[in-house]
Amino acid sequence: MTFSPELEKKLAKLIASYPPGKEKSALVPMLMFTQDEVGCITPELVQEVAKRLNIPPVQVDEVVSYYSMLHRKPMGKYHIQICTNISCLLWDADKLFEHACQKLGLGHKQVSADGQFSLEEVECIGACSWAPAIQVNYDFHHHVTPEKFDQIIDSLKKVQ
Amino acid sequence: MADLVTLTINGKTVQAPPGTLVIDAAKRAGIEIPAFCYYEGFSLQAACRMCLVEVEKMPKLQASCTLPVAEGMVVKTESDPVVKARKSTLEFLLTNHPLDCPVCDKGGECELQDMVFRYGAAESRFTEIKHHVDEKQWSPIVFYDAPRCILCYRCIRVCSEGMGVGALGIVNRGVYSEIAPSHGDHLECDECGACIDICPVGALTSGTYRYQTRPWEMKHVGTICTFCSNGCKTTLGVRNEKIVRGNNRDKSGINGEFLCIKGRFAFDFQDHPERLTSPLMRIDGKLQEVSWAKALEAVAKKFAEVKARNGKFGIVGSTKTTNEENFFLQKFARQGLGTNNIDHHRSGDVVTLMDALAGRTNALATVEDCYQMKAALVVGADLAQEHPLLAYQLRANFRHHNARVYTVTRGPVREDQYSVSRVRTEPGKELEGVESLRPMLSQEPELLILFGSSIKGEDVRRLVAFADSLNIPVKYICLVDYSNSRGAVDMGLLPDLGPGYQPVDNPGLTLPEMMAATDLDVLWVVGANPLARYSLAAANAFVVVQEMFLTETAQRADVVLPAASAYEKNGTVTNVTGQCQKLTAAAKTMGTKPDLEIMGLLAKEMKLNLGIWTVQSVFEQIRTQVRGYNIPLPVVATGQAAQTSPLNGRIPVISRPDLIQSASNTLFTSGSLGRYSKKLTSVLEYPGELYRP
Ligand code: SF4
Ligand code: SF4
Ligand code: SF4
Ligand code: FES
Repeated sequence: MTFSPELEKKLAKLIASYPPGKEKSALVPMLMFTQDEVGCITPELVQEVAKRLNIPPVQVDEVVSYYSMLHRKPMGKYHIQICTNISCLLWDADKLFEHACQKLGLGHKQVSADGQFSLEEVECIGACSWAPAIQVNYDFHHHVTPEKFDQIIDSLKKVQ
Repeated sequence: MADLVTLTINGKTVQAPPGTLVIDAAKRAGIEIPAFCYYEGFSLQAACRMCLVEVEKMPKLQASCTLPVAEGMVVKTESDPVVKARKSTLEFLLTNHPLDCPVCDKGGECELQDMVFRYGAAESRFTEIKHHVDEKQWSPIVFYDAPRCILCYRCIRVCSEGMGVGALGIVNRGVYSEIAPSHGDHLECDECGACIDICPVGALTSGTYRYQTRPWEMKHVGTICTFCSNGCKTTLGVRNEKIVRGNNRDKSGINGEFLCIKGRFAFDFQDHPERLTSPLMRIDGKLQEVSWAKALEAVAKKFAEVKARNGKFGIVGSTKTTNEENFFLQKFARQGLGTNNIDHHRSGDVVTLMDALAGRTNALATVEDCYQMKAALVVGADLAQEHPLLAYQLRANFRHHNARVYTVTRGPVREDQYSVSRVRTEPGKELEGVESLRPMLSQEPELLILFGSSIKGEDVRRLVAFADSLNIPVKYICLVDYSNSRGAVDMGLLPDLGPGYQPVDNPGLTLPEMMAATDLDVLWVVGANPLARYSLAAANAFVVVQEMFLTETAQRADVVLPAASAYEKNGTVTNVTGQCQKLTAAAKTMGTKPDLEIMGLLAKEMKLNLGIWTVQSVFEQIRTQVRGYNIPLPVVATGQAAQTSPLNGRIPVISRPDLIQSASNTLFTSGSLGRYSKKLTSVLEYPGELYRP
């Protein structure tokens, strides 16, 4: 399996940033970067990453199944992740998630027909101080109210 | 030792070297701290919280499996807070546990059951519906029942660290976590079953044993695995005269709890439907069942007649029968029939090595040396396939002592995962590869050399000369194939050497010579299958075969005498490193007799005086007459391994490298016997490229 030259460069730099013999520490970022390019974690990608980091494929599967940000199926162009863990929940994140479902017409881990949006209810994303928080791809949005949520979605729709 | 750390555990003063874990220090002081995830010899996990203890001046309970001892530490292992915490841990472990102990294979010997019994967690505050997952079959050997799993990671570690396979992982998280196999929905691995036996609960079960019996309904018989030459002790669980399980959970024997698929599961040849249970005689051209008396009489008559007219005998011994049987067979041949035409399937050049090392002490390695020596060189052998225990020991040596391992092999081998240097060579060119390692090897403080069947004849001497020139202490293992290949050589199943490598006056015919002799009158085969590799030139030879199955050789026989298997007899066998160990009969197959008894009865029938032929008396003859076998009786009698030392003089025979040929068994094959284990064949037939030889 080959990746784009840019990604290959990025991966080479990534792997080199760990001490010799500890290359497998690159596993999580490597999966995220390659997922961005490939679209999701395919079985071939699991094999490829295992080969490059010299670990058994089942160790890659362990990580893929553990982290919700790694997907076996392609998500939308904009992947909306809403945290409903305790801090966010205290700030009505459950209601925000319901609102998001209605606004997007999607449920948990569903992708819109045009492939633009997908929705996921996630565990803590480490933004408790700014709860309720959501993440769109790699971007964080803080203190998200239903109104603010609509604005975010609308502006994303405009970009398209 | 000055630098011991002193601490107090449950009021008892305990000393331990720095770095010792509290759980181990306690154990050595006779205090058991319960543990699920901690397992001696493997990496630390600290996943289960069962080993919590109270340590003075530490605010929280500590996991004793990761806590090193410290001077003045005061530890309590069964205080009220500890007991309460353990009870909670158990309550938690049981939230999704099915509690199906009455039908679980592990019931009665389950660590979770024992702990719940001890600490009591009968009441649960959880009222939620239990999360259920159906059980899965991953291979002919391994089944997984996720709800019983307590996620201790033992199976994962034994597979990746112990076996070097890494076929298991843990997927998902929280309550959905479960163990997953290497290939999505199935396993492709060594099928060793180590994960099954190390599992503290009944989450991993074996295709052989599952739902067969309750553990307390078996008798447990410790004996020696009858497949490869490594000599693992296997404890056979026997119920109603049927072997239903093999394992070595008490860690006795040279292998600790290691066993490969053969020692753990391939015992099923013992009650294979094709086992011969009656003597057969060729009558009107067809093999027909006859009584023992009739068969023995016919053989004795023929032997006596051929002996009387000075006819030609050819005798082929076995690499799986006991030392006693081998010794008695060569005695029968030499003293009883007056012939040196006796041989066996030679799979390593033991004789040349013994000659090259004559007079030395401390030059022959033991299995333990594979775990202890600082450096090892593997020449021309795929240890993980052919010598699983030695491979396991080397890997453990690397894990625990950073052993430096070098390989010179024709293709990739599992030792590559950690070896410091690997050389690939054509078979026959290994010594050039070895020479290329000289600069590195000469820096080693000591060296263990393991060499396979491609190093034979002069090459063995060259290898020894090379090692001598390194000027470091070197020990050797000449790799041979079968459970008593070494014993066959030591006991003199050779045309030119008697027991203990003593040359005989008139060397007899070698195996290929017997097969090619058109004037052979009698071919007597005891527990071997030469016709799988050779054809018999003498069309009129009277063929007598002692066998468990109707092999190629038995099919050609005039008389077939049904033999007991290694798991049905007592005696001793000698492993690849010359360690002599005791076989103990575990089961019986009606109609068969141990080879020693068959030979004894034949001797009686022929009125030969070959001495008493009980196992004990023949073993006594071996101890007194075979050089190197003057081993301490109690060691063998108590089921330990006694090191033989046959390096006591030059062996003036011409070496015959041409006669040495490894059967090249894999993990899943073992000469003719392997074919009669349904477990082994089921793995070979299972889809998956890893199983292909
Ligand atoms: S049977 Fe052996 S090789 Fe296979 S998964 Fe279990 S421990 Fe690993
Ligand atoms: S299957 Fe057994 S050994 Fe493996 S994690 Fe579960 S309980 Fe532990
Ligand atoms: S390594 Fe050899 S002796 Fe040990 S269990 Fe396997 S076949 Fe038997
Ligand atoms: S044994 Fe210490 S945490 Fe499991």
